[in-house]
Amino acid sequence: MRNLLPVLTIVATLLALWYAAAVALNAQWARDQAARAGETLTMSALVADTWSQDKPKLPAPHQVVTEIWNTTGAMVLEGRGFSKRSLFYHSWITFSATALGFVLGTALGVALAIGIVYNRTMDMSVMPWVIASQTIPILAIAPMIIVVLNAVGISGLLPKAMISMYLSFFPVVVGMVKGLRSPTPMQLDQMRTWNASASQTFWRLRLPSSMPYLFTSLKVGMAASLVGAIVGELPTGAVAGLGARLLAGSYYGQTIQIWSALIMAATLAAVLVGLIGLIQRITLKRMGMA
Amino acid sequence: MSSNTVISARDLSLTFQTGDGPVHALKDVSLEVEKGDFVSFIGPSGCGKTTFLRCMADLEHPTGGSLTVNGASAEEARKSRAYGYVFQAAGLYPWRTIGGNIRLPLEIMGYARDDQEARVKRVLELVDLAGFERKYPWQLSGGMQQRASIARALAFDADLLLMDEPFGALDEIVRDHLNEQLLHLWDRTNKTICFVTHSILEAVYLSTKIVVMSPRPGRITDVIESTLPRVRPLDIRETPEFLDIAHRVREGLRAGHSDDL
Repeated sequence: MRNLLPVLTIVATLLALWYAAAVALNAQWARDQAARAGETLTMSALVADTWSQDKPKLPAPHQVVTEIWNTTGAMVLEGRGFSKRSLFYHSWITFSATALGFVLGTALGVALAIGIVYNRTMDMSVMPWVIASQTIPILAIAPMIIVVLNAVGISGLLPKAMISMYLSFFPVVVGMVKGLRSPTPMQLDQMRTWNASASQTFWRLRLPSSMPYLFTSLKVGMAASLVGAIVGELPTGAVAGLGARLLAGSYYGQTIQIWSALIMAATLAAVLVGLIGLIQRITLKRMGMA
Repeated sequence: MSSNTVISARDLSLTFQTGDGPVHALKDVSLEVEKGDFVSFIGPSGCGKTTFLRCMADLEHPTGGSLTVNGASAEEARKSRAYGYVFQAAGLYPWRTIGGNIRLPLEIMGYARDDQEARVKRVLELVDLAGFERKYPWQLSGGMQQRASIARALAFDADLLLMDEPFGALDEIVRDHLNEQLLHLWDRTNKTICFVTHSILEAVYLSTKIVVMSPRPGRITDVIESTLPRVRPLDIRETPEFLDIAHRVREGLRAGHSDDL
């Protein structure tokens, strides 16, 4: 990995900025506590205090890491890896909604794209609705979807997956329409000279040509799907999942808990998108389109 | 019209309706192509030569006159896969090997697996690319890719070959080599070839019949029956006979341009 050193440099810089910001933001509380106890703080005492508060305004990196370790690695070592306090458990809940929503969203997106490319009526009428659907704020729709689906008896994983699907089908539709239309007129003429049927042209020309576009869309769709799953966990009291942890943390002022859930969610996103990137690299290399 | 006629065009016309008014791409074009002919179409841009070829391939639809291919309509000829079409760019799929690319029309037409293998081998030998089945298009030079494209057009034994400036994007030396090979191929397989080109030398070297066209409206200015022998080494291009025919072609082109001067 030739960009290891630059990446590490950036990470180190960010950590340094983070520590500095923690001092700045938590200093007020530290000074107030000291004033109440009638003491004054030296600089080093101030810094040490701002980096170890219970409910800091901005947790220091090591506090977040410790919290993450306490709720993941430490729990696994105790054999309680999947207890309800473990971040692995919550990540798994969020991940399952994300994955199901992603699969459904991709399927819906590809189906709509095929309809748009092959059917004049759909071409002229569907796209505006698809775009309009994305302009409605998801935070407004998510509670509605959950309440409505709960009312018909569907609860748990599926409503959250539906919200994920709602967010992730859009990039797939847009990307696949472009991809399925990417063959040149010359290539399409070539198919005509062989009297290929529409189905043969689809499987042998349009679909392979659309692979680069598909993978790009999948990356965006996966990230959107994760957002959808987390948003879907916020309404209805937030029982389980990373979104639930975020919400619970904010209810009880547990900023370290919020941050640890945030970092976990970011890590999950990075892993999932990276996975798609890996599959993309392998597949496109084999198809000569890398 | 004898039973030897492969393509017969009678007063063929094609008018495109554009925003600027009608464009007469073809006007009253009449031509007979016999079996085994090598016909070149030459003319400046916009003279209708590619449009004429595309009409034969049922890729464009004429607005007047008649056109028959193998005695039937162009559409029936296309549906029965009666011709192979070679475009200006090779158009090979990067996700298939050379063998896979040549197999593509065979898969579409439903040939059996062993038949496909045999045909791929045979046509690759014909264009001097034997052993390149497993290679990918990006591993081949431009000239080799175009040869693979020609091999693909030959794979399903169509008796008619329609070629639209296939060597236009290649350099002179590769072009000479491919011209020689194409002529050799034509001699061996006895196909009927319609060849669109910009180059007078190429047209005269390759053809038994040269059709000179001119633009606005697209029409045939001259049809020249070549007196050159069937077997032609490259240095025939310096003989007086060759130069005479080239001269006649040039006159025909100039006559078509006379309304510009």
